[in-house]
Amino acid sequence: MIAVWLKEVIDNLRDRRVVLSTLVFGPLFGPALLVAMLSFAEKQTAERLESALELPVVGAEHAPNLIGYLERQGVIIKEAPEDPEAAIKSEAEEVILRIPADFAEHWEAGRSAPIEILADQSRRYSGTTISRLRGYLGSYGRTIGQLRLIMRGVDPTLTRPLNIQTVDLSTPEARGGMVLSFLPYFILIMVFVGSMHMATDTTAGERERKSLEPLLINPLPRWQIMAGKLAATTTFGLATLVLGLVAFVFAMGFLPLDNMNMALNLDFKVAAWVFVMTAPAALLAAALLTILASFAKTYREAQSYMGMVVLVPMLPSIYILINPTKAEQWMAMVPLLSQNVLILELVRGEPINFVWVGLCVGTTTLLAGVLATIAGTLYSRPNLIFTSD
Amino acid sequence: MIEVQELVKTFNKGKVRAVDGVSFSAKDGQITGLLGPNGAGKTTTLRMLYTLLPPETGRMTIDGINPTNDSVGVKRAIGVVPDSRGLYDRLTAKENIAYFGRLHGLSQSRIDQQIQKFCDVLDMHDFIDRKTNGFSQGQRVKVAIARALIHDPKTVLLDEPTNGLDVMTTRALREFLRGLKAEGRCVVLSTHIMQEVAALCDHIVIIAKGKVAAQGSAAQLLAKSGRDTLEDAFVQLIGSDEGLLS
Repeated sequence: MIAVWLKEVIDNLRDRRVVLSTLVFGPLFGPALLVAMLSFAEKQTAERLESALELPVVGAEHAPNLIGYLERQGVIIKEAPEDPEAAIKSEAEEVILRIPADFAEHWEAGRSAPIEILADQSRRYSGTTISRLRGYLGSYGRTIGQLRLIMRGVDPTLTRPLNIQTVDLSTPEARGGMVLSFLPYFILIMVFVGSMHMATDTTAGERERKSLEPLLINPLPRWQIMAGKLAATTTFGLATLVLGLVAFVFAMGFLPLDNMNMALNLDFKVAAWVFVMTAPAALLAAALLTILASFAKTYREAQSYMGMVVLVPMLPSIYILINPTKAEQWMAMVPLLSQNVLILELVRGEPINFVWVGLCVGTTTLLAGVLATIAGTLYSRPNLIFTSD
Repeated sequence: MIEVQELVKTFNKGKVRAVDGVSFSAKDGQITGLLGPNGAGKTTTLRMLYTLLPPETGRMTIDGINPTNDSVGVKRAIGVVPDSRGLYDRLTAKENIAYFGRLHGLSQSRIDQQIQKFCDVLDMHDFIDRKTNGFSQGQRVKVAIARALIHDPKTVLLDEPTNGLDVMTTRALREFLRGLKAEGRCVVLSTHIMQEVAALCDHIVIIAKGKVAAQGSAAQLLAKSGRDTLEDAFVQLIGSDEGLLS
């Protein structure tokens, strides 16, 4: 078994494709993408908040005071296009303000005056602009409302029976954790990517080279051959994981965290815990990919299956994304989901729950063991060898 | 010593009877040739002997061991050069051979010693430390043979060993097989080439359509068919010349 392991490791280390994808791109991809994404997002948000708001207005002449107020707030009022709806649809304009002709009439009568914000809310980039405009309009409306009450001798606070204030108790670490919600996915995918080439090469590749038949004539039980191959695949997965975590820790230094008022709890100590929890997932990935690749007749066929398997570590991340609930004990018992949940807890800077870590490692190892056993018995089927003929 | 009795193997749920009641025996110190056209069932018979396929019915023993019951024991006793040579391209010839040595549980010194021996016998010194990527057919066969015999087996099975080899390499290979015979080993090879069995084999088993058409020494087969040349005898015995020339 050790002989098989040693041979596969040496063999694959000589394959430039494997080394490149496993030990270079695999670990670097996640951290690089993270830094790039966060830096870009931060820059975009800052730009949108700080740049002057250019606002096309339809019927500006109906509400000169409001327009004057907006201009004092730094909004640049523009001439509206001929067809405002079409301009929004064609994305020529982000947001257009429309003041109807009966605005002044309602205003003077003391009724609520209609005013419309035209925007396509399905375009996510318009969100910041809409909320800025709403903010300006809202504060103008409140000011006028209070003035009206004061003119009639009424204390404006009467209209505010509740004074609501949200006290944000989230720590900078926790806010950072929100941003890092896709970190677990990156980490899990590293493990899968790291195992992928190796799993294909040691099974489908062996079959394609027609070296499986001579190999199986050697006098050792087939499950031992499979175990050696699985161990080699897992070794590569773990190597990718270690390199990737180190890369992530270093990548933290490049993030514009101070500007975003966040802190990320990802140092080498946390990375070590992440490693402990994710290591069994490497065996799981290796076994799962090996089972799949064992059914493939050629390297190419195996690779097309692999593309789909990479979605597997994504499922728990998606679950958390659409259903952001509190971490609960049952989650720690579901392999891959437990890594997701616990890694998030860690980078949020929460204290480590040893029971949950134990459950996470235990259940993942158990499932990995079951899959590894299945992979082992696959090689005992006589048909497996000759289906390529 | 190999004993095979009434071996049957079917594929496609019994529709194809690849091996249909094959019986023969191969003695130590002899070269036994399985001769037959392509698709006659030679490779399937060999695969059952080296335990990659289970037979449906029939019995076989290699040195008294039953491959069906004790596959690991049989694998330890035999050396096999299968139809597919299947070398690892990224490993050198030496590493390819040593890998199988380690799988047999041999010590490193024993492996080195054996590789040295095969380098001399098979004339592999020129390429033993090169990666097998880009090897010629002859070089591949030599590595495959050294790999299969690393543990010094008493019984040697070769599937179409001279396939794709040039004349010089074929001659060298025959010389090597005679050497194995002289050492008292039991050598079984399959081939569809007449000259091969005529030049090499002590005992010839003619297989056609999964059945043994005839067996014996070259002289016995000639006498049995009443023909003058082995080729005519072969055509006579299998009942057609189909597949002979391919």
